[in-house]
Amino acid sequence: MNHQTKQQQLRYLFARAGFGATPAELNEASRSTLRKVVRQLVSNGKSVASLQVVEPDENRTKRQLKGMFRQGQLDKEMLREQIRANAQKVRDLNLQWLDRMVSGTDVLREKMALFWHGHFACRTMGRNPLFMQQYANTLREHALGNFRDLLMAASKEPAMLQFLNNQQNRKNAPNENFAREVMELFTLGRGNYSEFDIKEAARAFTGWQFTPEGEFVFRAQVHDDGEKKIFGKTGTFNGEDVIAMLLENPQTARFITAKIYRFFVNETEDKKRVDQLAEQFYKNGYDIAALMETIFMADWFYDAKNIGAHIKSPVELLVGLRHTLGVQFDQPQPQIFVQRTLGQLLFYPPNVAGWPGGKNWIDSSSLLFRMQLPNYVLKTAEVTVQPKEDGDVNTQLLARKGGTTFRTTVNWDDFEKEFTKTTDAGLPDALAAFLLPFPLRPDQRILIEKQTKTGQSRSEQIRMVTAALMSLPEYQLT
Amino acid sequence: MNRRKFLKQSAFTTAGTMLIPHFLKAYEAQMMGQGLAASNGKILVVVQLSGGNDGLNTVVPYRNDIYYRERPTIAIKPEKVLTLNDEIGLHPAMTPLKALYDEGLVTVINNVGYPNPDRSHFRSMDIWQTASDSDAYLQTGWVGRYLDAACAGKAQQPFRTIEVDDTLSLAMKGNSLNGLAMLDPKKLYSQTRSNLVTNLSKEHSTNEPETVSYLYKTLAETVSSAEYVFNKAKVPGTNTTYPNGELGNRLKTVSQLIQAGVDTSVYYVSISGFDTHINQPGQQERLLGQYAEAVGAFMTDLKAAGRQNDIMLMTFSEFGRRVKQNASNGTDHGTANNVFLIGGGLPAKRVLNEAPNLSKLTDGDLTYSVDFRQIYATLLHDYLGVDDVAILGRKFNGVKIV
Repeated sequence: MNHQTKQQQLRYLFARAGFGATPAELNEASRSTLRKVVRQLVSNGKSVASLQVVEPDENRTKRQLKGMFRQGQLDKEMLREQIRANAQKVRDLNLQWLDRMVSGTDVLREKMALFWHGHFACRTMGRNPLFMQQYANTLREHALGNFRDLLMAASKEPAMLQFLNNQQNRKNAPNENFAREVMELFTLGRGNYSEFDIKEAARAFTGWQFTPEGEFVFRAQVHDDGEKKIFGKTGTFNGEDVIAMLLENPQTARFITAKIYRFFVNETEDKKRVDQLAEQFYKNGYDIAALMETIFMADWFYDAKNIGAHIKSPVELLVGLRHTLGVQFDQPQPQIFVQRTLGQLLFYPPNVAGWPGGKNWIDSSSLLFRMQLPNYVLKTAEVTVQPKEDGDVNTQLLARKGGTTFRTTVNWDDFEKEFTKTTDAGLPDALAAFLLPFPLRPDQRILIEKQTKTGQSRSEQIRMVTAALMSLPEYQLT
Repeated sequence: MNRRKFLKQSAFTTAGTMLIPHFLKAYEAQMMGQGLAASNGKILVVVQLSGGNDGLNTVVPYRNDIYYRERPTIAIKPEKVLTLNDEIGLHPAMTPLKALYDEGLVTVINNVGYPNPDRSHFRSMDIWQTASDSDAYLQTGWVGRYLDAACAGKAQQPFRTIEVDDTLSLAMKGNSLNGLAMLDPKKLYSQTRSNLVTNLSKEHSTNEPETVSYLYKTLAETVSSAEYVFNKAKVPGTNTTYPNGELGNRLKTVSQLIQAGVDTSVYYVSISGFDTHINQPGQQERLLGQYAEAVGAFMTDLKAAGRQNDIMLMTFSEFGRRVKQNASNGTDHGTANNVFLIGGGLPAKRVLNEAPNLSKLTDGDLTYSVDFRQIYATLLHDYLGVDDVAILGRKFNGVKIV
C-alpha cells in the first residue's frame, strides 16, 4: 500500500539519504525519475575532497610538545598555547565537516560517513587534530565503497589504535581492548565469539602500531608470531588474517546490514528484510553503494510505517536546518554548543559503542531545546541553557558558551521564491509538505495559521510559518 | 528579558506545547487509576564531582610516609589535616564537612572502584552512571532504571528523579522513562507555558507512528512535571544562607523542593573542575571548600527542618588520581577513590573501612576493595527500599552501612 506522492517520496529520500532537500533541489529532482535520483545519490562524487585543518608535517602531538618543552624549545606559556591550538583544530575539523554536510554536495557520502563515525566510534585522544583528520577522511573516502577496505582502513587508523590501546598490545603483555571492540562493535556483535577468540585475536593484533606522524606501522619486534587458535582455526595469524576471518563470517554482513537498516530505514528491525539484504551484501562482497541503492530503490523503503520513524540526531537536525534555509553562522562556537547541549559532538562520541540514537536523543530538556532551536537560529532568541562540563580540563574550549544569542545569516530569498505561486491560505500546507514527514493535522494548521497576522508581507508570513513548523515535534522526525 | 518579549519569542516553541492539552487529557486519563509510584519517604541526593577528584588529598593518609614521599610538593601537611582517626583526615578546606562528621552525620568509604578501571573521564563517568561493567556499554543509567521500576504500571512521573541542571545526564535515563532536568522550577515552567495555550481539544489521531506519540508523550510529561513542581515549590523558600556558587545554588534548590514536599526520591547534582593535572593545590582547595560549605549549609538547613535522617547525600567522582604527583604540581588520572555518605540516619561518626594501602598498588594506582555498585545496591535496597537486583542487573553484596 503506497499512498505517497512522488514529491513526498523524494522529500523522504533526501531526508534519509542526506540531510533534507531545499525546495529548489526537490523541484529539480521531481523532473527526474526516482530511480535516476537514487542512482545520482549513490554514484555522486567519485573523488572526495579531503577535510583539512592541519598539514601533516606541522602537526605536533601533545607528547611531542611536552618533549619540546623539556628540551627548552618551548616555554610553559607556548606549550599551553600549542595544546590549546590543537584542541581548536579539532573543533575546526568538526565545523569543516559540518559545512560539507550542509553544502549538499555528495550528500549520501557525508551521511554514510556520519553513520560510520558512530559505528567506528573514536573519541579524540590526546587532542591530536592530524589523527582525527585522517580518521574522518578515511571514513569519508570509503563511506560508499567496500566494507572490507573500510574495516581494514578504519582499524589501522592511528586514532583508532590509540583510542583502543593497541599501542600497549604487545607480545607477552597483550591488551585485549582493540580485539574485543573489533569483534563486538565493528563486525560480529556480542555473542558471536568467545572470550578465548578475543584473547587469541589480541595476540594476532600485536605489533599494529603507529608513528607520531600518523602512519600505521607493523612492529615485528612486539608482534607475537606464535600459533593462535581463532574461531576453531589454528595458525600463526596476524591482524590482517583476523580481519579476513571476520569478513568471511556472514554474521559480519548481518550485523552491519542490521545497523544500516536501523539507521536509514527504521529503528525497529524487519528481520526478514534484513536477512535478505545481508545475504545480498555478503554475496556482493560487501559493496556498500549497492546495498544503499537496493534500500533506496525498494518499494518497502517508502512504506508508511517507515515515514517519520526516524528521530533526527542533533547533527542531522542542525545540518538539515542549515541546508534547507541556507543558514550561515557568523561565529563557530554556537554550532559546537548545539551539538554539545543535544548530545552529539562530532569527534567526541560517548564511547566506542557510538551514539545510541533513536529515542535516546529525546528527554525533557533536549526536546524543549530542539523545539526552541529555530528560535535561536532564525530569530536570535536569547539562549538561557548551558551544557554540562564533562570534567575533562582538555575539552573546556569546547564547553565555553557561545554567547547569549546566535548570529546567523539566513538565505530566505532562495527559499521564498519557490513559494511564489502558493496562495496565502495554502502556505502552511505547502511549507509543511517540505519540512515535515506528515501533512498538518487540522488542530496544527489552526495553530500555525495563528502565527501570521493580516497585513504581514508575504515574506514575513513565510518566515513565521517556517519557524513555527520547525518548532513542531514532527520536525524532529524524517 | 521582559514577559512580553519572552512570550513573543516563545510563541514558536509553544506551537508544539500548545498542542499538548488535549493529548495530556487523554494521557492522564489513561494514567488515572493506575496509582502513583510508592515512596518510603527517603530521599537520596547524589553529588557528582566531575573531572576525577584527587581522593588522597581529600581524605589524607596523614601518617603515611609513602604518601609524603610520592607527593613532595602537593601533600597536605599533617598539622593541617582535619583528623578523622589516627590514620586519615580531611583536607583543611573542608571544615564544614568535619563539623558534620563530628556531629555523626558523615560516613567515609575508602577504596571504592571497579574491576578493570578505565582512566578516561568520559568512559569512567559512563561506567559510574550506568553501573555497567567496564567492558559493557549501557544506554540507561542507574537512577533512570530506578525511575522505571518506581513508575512501572503506575503514573509516569519524570519528576520522581530530578537533576538540577539544564541537561540530563545518562545516569537519569531509563528504558521507558527519563528523569527531569530542571535548573530551577520557574525557568522550566516558563519554557513550557504561554498564555497562548488554549483549549485545543481536537481528537488526537490514534494511528500515528510510535515516534510521534513518543515525542508528544515526552512533551506532555515535561509540561505536567514542570507544572507540578512549579506549583508545589511556590511556598516561601529556606532561611538558611547558602554559599554563592553553582553547587550552593543547586543544593539550595534541592532543599527548597524537599521542604516544599515535592514528591521526588532522587536528586542529582554535579560540580566540575577536578581535573587537576597542573597546579592542583589552589584549584582543589577552592573546589573542596565550595563543596564542603555547600553541603554544610544544606545539612544545616535540613537539620533545622528536622529532615536530616530522611535525606542521604552521596558524593563520588569518576576516578581518583595517581599516588605519585606529576611534574606540574598536579596529579594524573587514577582509579579507586573515596565516597562520602552524609545524613540518612546512619550510625554516627565513622570511617567504614581500611585506609588505602599505598604499598600495595596496582599499576601505580590504589587497589579498589569496594565495588561502587555495592554502594548503589545498599542505597537502593536498604535505604530507598527497592529491588536492587532489578535495577543493577545482578546481585552486589551491600556494604554494611547500617
